[in-house]
Amino acid sequence: MEFVAQHPILVVSVVKIAVLLFLALTALAYLTWFERKVVAHIQSRWGPYYVGAHGLLQPVADGLKFLFKEELTPSGADKLIYLLAPFLALSLALTTLALIPFGPATINILGHPTNLMIANVDISVLFLFAITSIGVYGVALAGWSSNSKYPLLGSLRSSAQMISYEVSMTISVVGVLLVAGSLNFNEIILRQRGNFFLHWNVIRFDHGAFPQIVGFLCYFTAAIAETNRVPFDLPEGETELVAGFHTEYSSLKFAMFFMAEYANMITVSCLATILFLGGWLSPLPDSWTWQMYLPGAGLLALGIYLAYDTVRYMRGIARPQLAVVTLMALGTGAVCLLPAVASAMLGPFWFLGKVLFILFFYVWTRGTLPRFRYDQLMSFGWKLLLPVSLVNLIVTSFVIVYPLLVKHG
Amino acid sequence: MSLPFLLFFVFAATAVAGALLLILAREPIHSALSLIVVMVALAALYLLLGAEFIAAVQIIVYAGAVMVLFVFVIMLLNAGVEERTNWSKMAKYAGLPLALFLLLELAHWLARSEAGATIANGAASSGQAASTRALSVLLFQQYLFPFEVTSILILIAILGALVLAKRGE
Repeated sequence: MEFVAQHPILVVSVVKIAVLLFLALTALAYLTWFERKVVAHIQSRWGPYYVGAHGLLQPVADGLKFLFKEELTPSGADKLIYLLAPFLALSLALTTLALIPFGPATINILGHPTNLMIANVDISVLFLFAITSIGVYGVALAGWSSNSKYPLLGSLRSSAQMISYEVSMTISVVGVLLVAGSLNFNEIILRQRGNFFLHWNVIRFDHGAFPQIVGFLCYFTAAIAETNRVPFDLPEGETELVAGFHTEYSSLKFAMFFMAEYANMITVSCLATILFLGGWLSPLPDSWTWQMYLPGAGLLALGIYLAYDTVRYMRGIARPQLAVVTLMALGTGAVCLLPAVASAMLGPFWFLGKVLFILFFYVWTRGTLPRFRYDQLMSFGWKLLLPVSLVNLIVTSFVIVYPLLVKHG
Repeated sequence: MSLPFLLFFVFAATAVAGALLLILAREPIHSALSLIVVMVALAALYLLLGAEFIAAVQIIVYAGAVMVLFVFVIMLLNAGVEERTNWSKMAKYAGLPLALFLLLELAHWLARSEAGATIANGAASSGQAASTRALSVLLFQQYLFPFEVTSILILIAILGALVLAKRGE
């Protein structure tokens, strides 16, 4: 106990990790619901509808189903590595969340002031790329250890794709690092402060900066490929490879790969928000102090709409279910209106709002674009994306260095 | 006992265990994975010494890029289980005692010198982290010429690899 008392950071970190993990895993589960709903509406369907009001209990049902399914291990599989691969994929995907700053506020946990992130590292960007670069092993080892041909082909494709697109992704980020002059997430965000949203790196055009719109597009394209999503989901192309690298996985181990994929989507969206869209900065001027009541007001409005929905449209068991959700929205909204909570919530509100916006783009792409052919994917990555991000990097560095060259002769 | 001190032993033990497994494992892919464990444990040790940048680069380059290639080759060639041979006479009577002697000698000198204690106490004792900015200033100003020469060398190596790969077609 004495040891723990000497290092309060241990206790505070454990509390923060527990809360973040709970929130992240819930968000992962509901991200699948969100995706199914959006894709369904794109295709003029209803999507999940019967399990809970608006299908809201579908993720819970899916989770239970995974839990109770039979665990199969293919014969001739390398047992240790077969088990290791899903753990590696999921734990690495969740670890990256530790580096993400969710807001500028300082909160008190057990009497110790702390900020809304787990690890404030000097070189957050490099650490994030370090962790994601190990993430390839989850996919590669899963395919190899299954002792089956489709998973092996899928994992080879997937690893090749991840390695190829990682290059363009990293290079498109370097432009932002040049503009920001720092590798720390908080500093990168703070450099984008001022002048509404005109200082966000994606459109910033002032002294010593160059709008990173091309960088943003390159980053986002590479990120979709990096997370193995449509239109770059070749590794799981079910028409040719059954289900790619996780064909032989069942039950919870399959669920872990599934969750890892969604966790990677969230991480990549968070990174895009931080680097290009100003992180937790508000698009409104700082002088408009009333904006701190926006999260609470938004939740209250949502609650009122849900109440109307409950009374007007819900029948049977769905009515009490949606009533509970309504009460939760109203309750959280009311709590968020307290001044102390409201000022702390503002950063996370904008941050999560932007992340959700990017995630919607992800799902939108999935709902509209067909899958690439494998050779098209590789030539697109190496012959188009990489040169474009390199040109973006060269132009950006030239724009930044040119004034200095002129000044010093 | 301070936290960095404790962590040093955790990661040092991990590195040694990984290195032993690397040699003792019979499956090539297990050896490759043990090597990754060693790399990551070393990165953690760099972190304890306050060298954040080196730690991140160690993971990105060695664990993330070099070892991926190793694993790829092992997967593609489907390398089988290693064969066990009887110890060769040379290794048994000359190699093993010499290796043990070298290990003891190193341990002896490390234990006597101050260096061991400094490393174990980590950055907490030295109190300074090697900043990325300082490193890049060194690299791009003081050592710019060697840096550029090295990049040209690597470029030539890439071209050479391309030429060798193309010759077969």
